[in-house]
Amino acid sequence: MATVAVSPTNDDKLWNGGVEPLKASYGKLMMWFFLLSDAFTFSALLITYGLIRFAHKSWPAGAEVFSPEYWPIPEKVFNAMPFLHGYDLPLVFVGIMTFILIMSSVTMVLAVEAGHRMDKADVQKWLLWTIVGGAAFVGCQAWEWTHFIHGTDEGTLLANGQRIFGASLAENQYGPMLFADLFFFITGFHGTHVLSGVILNFLIFYNTTMDVYQKRGHYEMIEKIGLYWHFVDLVWVFVFTFFYLV
Amino acid sequence: MEHTVSHTPGEIAKPNTAHIWRTFWIMAAITALEFVIAFVMASGPLKVSIFVGLTIVKAFYIVAEFMHLKYEVKALMFSILLPLLFVIWFLVAMIAEGGSIYSVR
Repeated sequence: MATVAVSPTNDDKLWNGGVEPLKASYGKLMMWFFLLSDAFTFSALLITYGLIRFAHKSWPAGAEVFSPEYWPIPEKVFNAMPFLHGYDLPLVFVGIMTFILIMSSVTMVLAVEAGHRMDKADVQKWLLWTIVGGAAFVGCQAWEWTHFIHGTDEGTLLANGQRIFGASLAENQYGPMLFADLFFFITGFHGTHVLSGVILNFLIFYNTTMDVYQKRGHYEMIEKIGLYWHFVDLVWVFVFTFFYLV
Repeated sequence: MEHTVSHTPGEIAKPNTAHIWRTFWIMAAITALEFVIAFVMASGPLKVSIFVGLTIVKAFYIVAEFMHLKYEVKALMFSILLPLLFVIWFLVAMIAEGGSIYSVR
């Protein structure tokens, strides 16, 4: 035995460079810490929603009509569905959106798994499905916003005799003004994340096709973007619960 | 990474995806259960706590399995999870604040 190499198991040398003490590359670590900071941002938004909701009156039992006085129950607001105008289908559309996003998270893990096996064709296939899922989700959200902005057929009659339809930053037929503001801000901020994710997914799909990762010898970039994509799914799970279910 | 399959160039290993689909079915079942609860249960603190509980279960599966955090080094796991304790503090403080704004209005 000529020389003794620096052993990664030797604790004295662990943090002195040359090894990865957390057994994760720099890029992956930084993605984790970015996601931690993003988690704080989204928590702050959802906690703000909680605070403002608790500071408002909720609907009195038996008198469940839209009014600027009362914070509405979400399943009465989000009950519309494309091509089924006029039917009361609470949470069905948003349930479909949730399913689409969870599904695209699954296809992303499958792409990462294919990357471990250096299987270019499989990586391409699963990344394409992930892009399709992400684009479908953004499309659904656009429809949801359109419906929210246009409002119901009857609208809401205000105390001053004026009838208003839908929600904007200036008026809101469904409840207090802040309800609409928070809806636009929280789902909009999440939707922006999904859109960025779709763009990133497209970039890694392009690189995969151009053999960038095959030549590099590993598909770790898929894992890093995958972390981001799962995080977007994770945030949606919380938005779904706190904005639509409770 | 937990498995780096050794292979000769040009040879591609068979997909090993059973555990991924298992996680998917668990999450799909939880979401379906949430839907059932949304329509059969009267709203109240119990319903809210069931929803929050199921959300945390789903979040666990996404972070542990899909994001692979369960299989990372403990130091990495805790550097991500422990700072999130501040969120719980913030949540409790702000919900209490919302309640007191309501009572003074």
